[in-house]
Amino acid sequence: MAAVMPAPSNARLLLSGNEAVARAVWESGCRVAAAYPGTPSTEMLEVLSTYPDMYTEWSVNEKVSLEVTIGAAYAGSRAFCAMKHVGMNVAADALMTLTLTGVIGGLVIAIADDVGLSSSQNEQDSRYWGRFAHLPVFEPSDSQEAYEMAKVAFDFSERLQVPVILRMTTRINHVKGLVTVGERVPHAAAGFKKEPARWVMTPAGAGKRIPLMFERDKTLLAEAEASSLNFVDEGADTNDRRVGFVTAGPAYMHVREAFPKAPVFKLGFSCPVPIQKLRQFAATVDKLVVVEEVEPLVENELKGAGIACIGKDILPRQGELAPNILKPAIARLLGEPVPEGLAAPAPVFPRPPTMCVACPHLGVYYTLAQIKNITISGDIGCYTLGAGHPWNALDTTISMGASMGIALGLDKGRGETDKDKRIVAVIGDSTFLHMGMQGLLDIVYNGGNVTVLLLDNRAVGMTGGQGNPGSGKGIHGDERPRVDFARLVESLGVKKERIHVVDPYQLPVLFKTIREEIKIPEVSVIITDQPCVLIDDYKKQKPYEVIDEKCTGCGNCVDVGCPAIHVTRREKSVKPSGKEVELQFVTIETTACTGCSLCVQPCAPDAIVHADLTKPMRLVRH
Amino acid sequence: MPDSQITNILVVGIGGQGVMTATEILAEAAIALGHDAKKTEVAGMAQRGGVVSSHLRFGAKVLSPQIMPGTADLLVGFEAAEAMRWCHYLKPGGLVLMNTARLVPPVVDLGLYDYPQDPLDEIRKRGYQVHAFDAMAIALELGDMRLGNTVMLGAMSDHLPFPASILLEAVLKRFRAKKPQMVELNQKAFEAGRAADQAAAHDKHEDREAAEA
Repeated sequence: MAAVMPAPSNARLLLSGNEAVARAVWESGCRVAAAYPGTPSTEMLEVLSTYPDMYTEWSVNEKVSLEVTIGAAYAGSRAFCAMKHVGMNVAADALMTLTLTGVIGGLVIAIADDVGLSSSQNEQDSRYWGRFAHLPVFEPSDSQEAYEMAKVAFDFSERLQVPVILRMTTRINHVKGLVTVGERVPHAAAGFKKEPARWVMTPAGAGKRIPLMFERDKTLLAEAEASSLNFVDEGADTNDRRVGFVTAGPAYMHVREAFPKAPVFKLGFSCPVPIQKLRQFAATVDKLVVVEEVEPLVENELKGAGIACIGKDILPRQGELAPNILKPAIARLLGEPVPEGLAAPAPVFPRPPTMCVACPHLGVYYTLAQIKNITISGDIGCYTLGAGHPWNALDTTISMGASMGIALGLDKGRGETDKDKRIVAVIGDSTFLHMGMQGLLDIVYNGGNVTVLLLDNRAVGMTGGQGNPGSGKGIHGDERPRVDFARLVESLGVKKERIHVVDPYQLPVLFKTIREEIKIPEVSVIITDQPCVLIDDYKKQKPYEVIDEKCTGCGNCVDVGCPAIHVTRREKSVKPSGKEVELQFVTIETTACTGCSLCVQPCAPDAIVHADLTKPMRLVRH
Repeated sequence: MPDSQITNILVVGIGGQGVMTATEILAEAAIALGHDAKKTEVAGMAQRGGVVSSHLRFGAKVLSPQIMPGTADLLVGFEAAEAMRWCHYLKPGGLVLMNTARLVPPVVDLGLYDYPQDPLDEIRKRGYQVHAFDAMAIALELGDMRLGNTVMLGAMSDHLPFPASILLEAVLKRFRAKKPQMVELNQKAFEAGRAADQAAAHDKHEDREAAEA
């Protein structure tokens, strides 16, 4: 990232799509940029925060980030908002009326779709927002295009006074390619002008703006038809017209890679779809194949316009459309031999993401796994991993902040079989501030019986430890007012005696507190208060090691789930009761251990002690 | 542009091993020579010890950033089982540079899955060439486990369509800019990796002669 900032104009840089967009936003004279972190969009604001001469912020959620940039654009500044695909679900309330008011300063909204689900809870297609909100959508297919389109988008937005959606996908955001960069051109704010008929969307005001939006649709269509972002890329063999492709985004590169000879209609300005141009192209090829990730939007619109085409009947609706997916599908379509089967992958264990060594969440999940008869409503963050082994201590996850409302619903909707179940909700600090506190307010207001675990690790951990109001750090790492969670939840109406701040490394206290609170039939909040091990606030402690002779193989420490603990040997043993158990003898990787002591506490034979640092550190070699 | 003019290198390992940085340095070396290059990762939650695969394609003009199964010119495995997991990405008979160090994930420690008995043998059985060496041991011998990715870069340096010195320069350039005190040690690590690869190639040759005799 550091390489981006000082680079002079005309430099050729190896940039990710996120870095390329950030550079373009800065060069475009953007004055205000806001986002909530979310993979794969996070680096756009991270990089922008390193540039001078503009305001950047981590907002508490995507809706607020969009509203901040709307305000800036109303004031006539160029503004930029970035989010992951699901972020727009949160921001959509603002978006759907923003389309009626339009903007003064150019407003570009980058939405990063996680096609292939590398780090998300669903795979929705953000191009729908263009249709839903009557807004133009641009789709880059590599870093250079992402850079160029972001710049075009600002000019376009300002000229038509309409926000532009820049639809990216993981394979754009996180791919690095060469980009030739330019210079920043400052862009003064035009100033806010009072115009209630435009900016105050009452029913009467909005009713007058809707016909203008329909008029703008016609202009947008004409712009898309004329746009140089939409063009025919004739293949290497202009005589072979058996298949012509319509494609956009990273799929364009995959199509070109797989079929270098074929004619391709490349959509860059993909909403509204330039139907006339596509109709002309369709007439030049025998079969028209639409290659789009994820939903068949262009395909259905072409079909609706009476243009015959093939799409999702031969291509998957889920995941990326890489050359190895495209080649066999097209071979079958043409009745050609399907490329030979490739070597099968070798069978290897899965390696899912794990919690970090000494993560404070380990204490929470170790404890929850010990408590019977609870249903655990989870949320989005590192702690979603609590659903996995060895804890299996998280029962639901759907969206940011949902642990609160779902917990209340599990409580109010409980059936006969659940009547003795206790309801626990688990949520991180940043997720709580993003969209969870409204849910807690609802639990309090409606008399829910839920024990809330608020895991305060002072960071947005999963995306890399960005600041938030819970961390008290701004986007530049500067000091900001830090939310006092205990006072916040008290002011939402949680009784003072039902609020506990607990150290998650103190297992007996944590266990006792949770056990007591789940028995009390009203809302409680247990706040765990230790920093994420990946941020500066975390201080490493002296590492531990196992005295081999003392280890009895009980496996209690293994249940903590710390990646620094390794099983060296397994043995079958028969207990006096006649029950057969498997013993697990362990060792601790002292080079990785940071001395949190979570494994020490459940160790029955006291076999875990501080490592002797005068001896070489123990590295586990298998 | 036909595939044959593009070099495809797949670097695989685990989050935290420096896979993505190593690939980035490799990309910088290719770019310094005037190549077009694209680099892409599948590393959603890699920070949490998950699988990382970093694709680098370079040549006159690169279109798709992804290496397709069966087309990699070189596979660099920072961990033994990961090399095995990704070996089908190699073109038939392709070369694997493999760190023999094993990093066992919690799912194996918990007894839910087994670590493969002999990843090296599994890869060879599939018809690929393997140069195997313990990069972690080499790094530790030099005094810092974090040198592992420079060791791996050194090992790659004789299998690229440009001289090893170009890659070494790309490595050192980074350290000169960010950690000048680490330049000398990284140069040593690079050279140790290069020597380890050459020794592994030699061992393999002797194995073959022994088998033929």
